Amino acid sequence: MPAVSKGDGMRGLAVFISDIRNCKSKEAEIKRINKELANIRSKFKGDKALDGYSKKKYVCKLLFIFLLGHDIDFGHMEAVNLLSSNKYTEKQIGYLFISVLVNSNSELIRLINNAIKNDLSSRNPTFMCLALHCIANVGSREMAEAFAGEIPRILVAGDTMDSVKQSAALCLLRLYKASPDLVLMGEWTSRVVHLLNDQHMGVVTAAISLITCLSQKNPDEFKTCVSLAVSRLSRIVSSASTDLQDYTYYFVPAPWLSCKLLRLLQCYPPPEDGAVKGRLVECLETILNKAQEPPKSKKVQHSNAKNAILFEAISLIIHYDSEPNLLVRACNQLGQFLQHRETNLRYLALESMCTLASSEFSHEAVKTHIETVINALKTERDVSVRQRAADLLYAMCDRSNAKQIVAEMLSYLETADYSIREEMVLKVAILAEKYAVDYSWYVDTILNLIRIAGDYVSEEVWYRVIQIVINRDDVQGYAAKTVFEALQAPACHENMVKVGGYILGEFGNLIAGDPRSSPLVQFNLLHSKFHLCSVPTRALLLSAYIKFINLFPETKATIQEVLRSDSQIRNSDVELQQRAVEYLKLSSIASTDVLATVLEEMPPFPERESSILAKLKKKKGPGVVPVSELEDGKREGGELNGGGDRGPDSAMSSTPSPSADLLGLRSAAPVSAAAPSAGSLLVDVFSESGAGGPAAAVNDDGFLRFVCKNNGVLFENQLLQIGIKSEYRQNLGELPGFSASAVPPLSVPSGLGDGDLNVQTKPVEPLVEGGAQVQQVLNIECITDFSEAPQLNIKFRYGGALQNITLKLPVTINKFFQPTEMAATDFFQRWKQLSQPQQEAQKIFKANHGMDTEVLKAKLLGLGTALLENVDPNPENYVCAGVVQTKSQQVGVLLRLEPNAQAQMYRLTLRSSKDTVSKRLCDLLAEQF
Amino acid sequence: MRFMLLFSRQGKLRLQKWYVPLGDQEKRRLGRELVQTILGRKAKMCSFLEWRDLKVVYKRYASLYFCCAIEEQDNELITLEVIHRYVELLDKYFGSVCELDIIFNFEKAYFILDEFLLGGEAQETSKKSVLKAIEQADQLQEVRAVSIEDLSLTAVVLS
Repeated sequence: MPAVSKGDGMRGLAVFISDIRNCKSKEAEIKRINKELANIRSKFKGDKALDGYSKKKYVCKLLFIFLLGHDIDFGHMEAVNLLSSNKYTEKQIGYLFISVLVNSNSELIRLINNAIKNDLSSRNPTFMCLALHCIANVGSREMAEAFAGEIPRILVAGDTMDSVKQSAALCLLRLYKASPDLVLMGEWTSRVVHLLNDQHMGVVTAAISLITCLSQKNPDEFKTCVSLAVSRLSRIVSSASTDLQDYTYYFVPAPWLSCKLLRLLQCYPPPEDGAVKGRLVECLETILNKAQEPPKSKKVQHSNAKNAILFEAISLIIHYDSEPNLLVRACNQLGQFLQHRETNLRYLALESMCTLASSEFSHEAVKTHIETVINALKTERDVSVRQRAADLLYAMCDRSNAKQIVAEMLSYLETADYSIREEMVLKVAILAEKYAVDYSWYVDTILNLIRIAGDYVSEEVWYRVIQIVINRDDVQGYAAKTVFEALQAPACHENMVKVGGYILGEFGNLIAGDPRSSPLVQFNLLHSKFHLCSVPTRALLLSAYIKFINLFPETKATIQEVLRSDSQIRNSDVELQQRAVEYLKLSSIASTDVLATVLEEMPPFPERESSILAKLKKKKGPGVVPVSELEDGKREGGELNGGGDRGPDSAMSSTPSPSADLLGLRSAAPVSAAAPSAGSLLVDVFSESGAGGPAAAVNDDGFLRFVCKNNGVLFENQLLQIGIKSEYRQNLGELPGFSASAVPPLSVPSGLGDGDLNVQTKPVEPLVEGGAQVQQVLNIECITDFSEAPQLNIKFRYGGALQNITLKLPVTINKFFQPTEMAATDFFQRWKQLSQPQQEAQKIFKANHGMDTEVLKAKLLGLGTALLENVDPNPENYVCAGVVQTKSQQVGVLLRLEPNAQAQMYRLTLRSSKDTVSKRLCDLLAEQF
Repeated sequence: MRFMLLFSRQGKLRLQKWYVPLGDQEKRRLGRELVQTILGRKAKMCSFLEWRDLKVVYKRYASLYFCCAIEEQDNELITLEVIHRYVELLDKYFGSVCELDIIFNFEKAYFILDEFLLGGEAQETSKKSVLKAIEQADQLQEVRAVSIEDLSLTAVVLS
């Protein structure tokens, strides 16, 4: 029986709950529940009309059963009936049932909405609150449709009771979050802001949540809230602990409201009005001062409430990032918390310091706490706190302390929790690369990583070390020596074998002079690991062997014998078998010259941002990796992070197929390493397309698709889609590019880099709703001919993390073409006039997209030139003419495209009065057919 | 706040309040997972943890765990005090509350929570005001609320 039965106490319900509690087994419980369900069903279906009390009791039982985790498929109608009861408790239970078991049954929704409507218009505050609670709890679109217009009126009406205002504010917030399109801004919005001045603290507390959410989405409309919030905050902060009566919580005046005011201010930049700003800085200083005062109570509630405000104030200081004095004070305060006896405070201090580390004003101050943080990493008993410590070490790392931090993280890895190892590995790999001064340290670090946590070293990490070794000849000998030594260990991780196999295959010759690491010793060492490895690693080793044959002819016989053995040449795995057969054949029939060409040392990789970084970002999701590292990368000018910052999608591109062929010797035709784009994965495991410089790697594909067309989707990932619509007239272009995001919310201040173009942008709304589109119009004037397309840098925040996408805008020189019609004689006369060698650019290339006549014509028309019929004596050929209009000059261009269907090849010739134009057009067009 | 759960040391859910729309299956799955995660933690550990893409704040009172899942930008410490204030409200209403009170009067636990938090945000932080609203409602049990006159009378009597 119940220990307490407050209120009206439904006896039958209490008995039922007792019964359930007395059930000895799950089966017994289910049996009892089924019995009850049958009973209730019969009552609901029975002839006798149930009185309100019984209905309430049964509905409440159903609710209890549902909350136990069982499905309920009836009783909704009875619950809806209760809504129109004039007994408060019956109504209340009805609403509770509806709130918990929302049903999308449209008939019911209509009935529910009707009951709510009645209660809202009852002018009975208790009933109104019940109805508002229900809307806030359900928050469905149907309810938003029905009430989004009504609730703002209730909220700002002069005669609404305070308690109803409170409910209405939060009810509206819920509807706005669920269906922002249905809550229309209007005359009420300005009055909502003034609720910040309300006499009743409860009203302010409820209203500020709504105002904060609305301000995030419509900052301009709610700007006036800043000064109101500052003055409200200032009044609270300076009040004595008893002034606010029941809103004082354990001697802290209005902690909830204070936190929310500080949070609201974080939606805006620092106040421009000097007086307001002064007042705010004073508040922040007072809050920091109070942290140093002796506590007014020993209760943890007192310190929690006080520190909640302090942390929120520090967040605001970090958000402003403009007051060095406050930033350093904040850092010192957090430094004290790092050694606090409360685990919660240590956790929060570590977390908050992470963001402080990215401010240039406080980065140095954060660094002074390095020993404490390292100590936390070693001694904290809670893994989530250790995780924060590791995050902070990562955030505070720079050239001056990288060696120490990397060493500490490595030694922590040996005992680290499994749950965080992979992330730790990525972080160590990134720091080691970013701050490597001498690359032997880098190589040592990565090999240590593999040794300590080989299972957690992902492909990105070991690809990266290979990429770096290939690109830096000063470290190749050292790397070969080190992997050779590492492979001596009796049990070494498979990832070590991969790195070892690759590096010795490329640079084994650099250590072959030492008899202790002679070619045969190297080979035997590698081969001793062969049988313990998985198929992909074995495939890699086979490729290393063929490289050995080239590097060290003296190993040829031994290796051929290995390749010839049944376990290789008849291996059940086709990939291995094929390699064995082909390598054996290659080594027997090819001359030394051919062999040397085919197996030449790998060419350097294009340098660009590490894909490990992208992987870490992906792994951690938005908001966890400090933004600082992106900026850091630039500030420190990390030599290897040459490429532009990239969108979050780039990690995907670097995951090759399982039989990743590291030596670029794939399938039937062994290709020379010098022909990088021929399908070999290692050639460019870090980018989706082999073509293009590092900065363009993000969207070269997308970019090239726009040479012959003006509209389409330029870029798409999980967060946003960027489409392009463009129109060109002479030397002017207009790009009302549109971007649509799939996930809310993000803000898109974007920047354009331009050269010989004059690009003007129209500002866009700083916030993009999920699923919404914003349009940004770019007006472009072509000043003179150009070859580099302007870049579009899109920076936005999503889930707190700064996202950065660099795209090439599809603005190419041909966009400024004016078509020129001319007869055959004119054409050939001009063709001859443009006969100087630099005026012509020619390319012969393979057809990539079939050779369909209509498609070709469409493309040539899309190019912007006039397609001239009956000009070329050979009807298979295409000739075009046009004038490139730039502000400074006009450049006449003639084009001739000669398809050879048999060979599936084209010859493309361009002649123009300006050599750069011919060349650029030729380059662009060669990719199009 | 995304949701709030109350559960016993044995992992039995005693109260669940969801402030984001989710299917029943999803709610059950999330609830089970989070309860296991928290029960697996040792006493004296930090009250905050990262869980999926959320921050979780929890505290144990006697045999009951109170647990809130909050957004990235929400304040952990003030959430701890949200929990504490709710416990205080229950305590005051039931008179040194215990798990059984919440089991047998689960509907009251929901009503009190709705007065305190709405849509995941603090509606009324004053203990007195919340309790007054709840007690007023209790007084209304058998009062036929037909007209405003009747109600305002009750209000006068109560105050």
